[in-house]
Amino acid sequence: MSGDILVVVEHRDGVILDTTHELLGGAAKLAAAGGGDVVAVLLGSGLAGLAGSLDGASRAIIVDDPGLDAFSPSSYLAALVPLVRERAPDLVLVANSGPGMDVAAGLSAALDLPLAAYVTDITLDGGSPLVTCQLYAGKIQAAVRFEGGRGIATVVAGSFAPTAAGVSPTTETVPAASTDARIRFRGLHRPEAGDVDITREAVLVSVGRGIGEQDNIELVEALAAAVGGAVSSSRPIADSGWLPRTRQVGKSGLKVKPKVYLALGISGAPEHLEGMRGAELIIAVNTDPRAPIFSVAHYGAVADLLDVVPALTARLGG
Amino acid sequence: MDYVVLLKQVPDLAEELEIDSAGTGLDREWMSYVASEWDEYALEEALQLREANGGTVTCLALGVATGDVDEVLATCLARGADRVVKVGSFDESPDSHAAAAAFAEALEPIPHDLILTGVQAIDDLDGQVGPLLAARRGMPHLSVVTHIAVSGDGRSVTAHQEYAGGVVGEFEVDLPAVLGVQSSREAPRYAPVSRVRQLLKTATIETVDVAGGGPRSGLVVESMSVPETGAAAEMIAGNAQAIAERIAELLAERGITGGAAR
Repeated sequence: MSGDILVVVEHRDGVILDTTHELLGGAAKLAAAGGGDVVAVLLGSGLAGLAGSLDGASRAIIVDDPGLDAFSPSSYLAALVPLVRERAPDLVLVANSGPGMDVAAGLSAALDLPLAAYVTDITLDGGSPLVTCQLYAGKIQAAVRFEGGRGIATVVAGSFAPTAAGVSPTTETVPAASTDARIRFRGLHRPEAGDVDITREAVLVSVGRGIGEQDNIELVEALAAAVGGAVSSSRPIADSGWLPRTRQVGKSGLKVKPKVYLALGISGAPEHLEGMRGAELIIAVNTDPRAPIFSVAHYGAVADLLDVVPALTARLGG
Repeated sequence: MDYVVLLKQVPDLAEELEIDSAGTGLDREWMSYVASEWDEYALEEALQLREANGGTVTCLALGVATGDVDEVLATCLARGADRVVKVGSFDESPDSHAAAAAFAEALEPIPHDLILTGVQAIDDLDGQVGPLLAARRGMPHLSVVTHIAVSGDGRSVTAHQEYAGGVVGEFEVDLPAVLGVQSSREAPRYAPVSRVRQLLKTATIETVDVAGGGPRSGLVVESMSVPETGAAAEMIAGNAQAIAERIAELLAERGITGGAAR
């Protein structure tokens, strides 16, 4: 075993994603404890300049190929499978994103390497990785090992801190071993600006499934008006069309850091927590005392939001 | 166009989850099960695509002793699936690697152009079934998908892959392919319970045997635990009025006193 930790770099619009910086930070800590190199793998076309910003990596492999001009699960896997087989890292770290899920499972099946999903922590125990995974929407956590000691982890955003090593990795540029254009990138769509930019609001009154029905949205709008904030939501509310997509907080929605985040009837699935755990003050109201939202909230109340919201609005003179 | 949907049952999160005596799994004795939410989105998408483009929808679910797979498949029929197949026979829900292998084998004789399944399930510790199945069958796979549309010549689909910040990538995917569905264009259609009950008695649920001893996840579960929820939060007691009062105090401490004009 090489002891190396390989990090699959995700980039978009010519910028390395935050989640990759986090993976590199986590990998650097593990490598410092266990020996071995942190090897970043950057796939793209003409992106060698990005390698300098891969803080935490001691080496970078740049797979430069016109066929990798944009992300495609099939072309990424065609390039990565032979590379990972040849370099035989002990651990492969991939972000728990759409591209990450595509790549990690493909590598696991092709290389017969174990895969741990929804990873929130990795430590070394007796020289091999001990991996913490979230299960059941964050209600259970599992500690797992890889049989044989080597494996792949898809890591939840926010699990590791980025590092500012300030030392550029040594780079090596290789062509893609093969290409597979069965999935072709056609373009990026960006969200249209909404009436309210929830990333700039100091107070967010955020609602989830606990709101029950669409008519109840009025209640939280009244509260938001009373506190001088805006209404945001978890995914199911946006999926139902009860609030615009631009109000959605979470993994596929927006990442917010308001002064106050009122989480009303939001259970706190990992995908939601990813978008709001950085808020300065989180107050959660939920009927389920075991709701994972209470693990990130500063204050919590086990109650029905339909009772608490009108009382709070009235108290605030709304 | 032949659409195949893969479904599974997962523990109902409305019930309290408890750890078993060995400390490495869930106590399943009193557990109730529901169809995995994202698989239901996958089925809805398949039905919508069939309505738009014609074709067939076949639903596959693993034959697991816990839960009620027949009810899941009867519900698929009630919603409009053409054919349902129970795959294999498992004492309890297999891991994703074993599930993918079972589905891969069961798909051999079943026509399939587009395979849809939930992007994830709440219990897939060893990764998602969709991309594992795709890798086993040498098919392309795209995760976290919405907005699926079939091309005019029926040889490819376009689909959106969601990223952070509301950004989406648009992709063209050659068929046959597997897509991990994040959400459906409309909420999954309602299946009347009476219709499901009737179909449980009258409908044909095909069964397919699969070879056991397939691949395993290669993960060793050392322990499972319930995270200390609320360990971080200071809990506010009392009735709604008392809770509102305390929240108002917390807001006031941060200069948010209400009556603020926007």
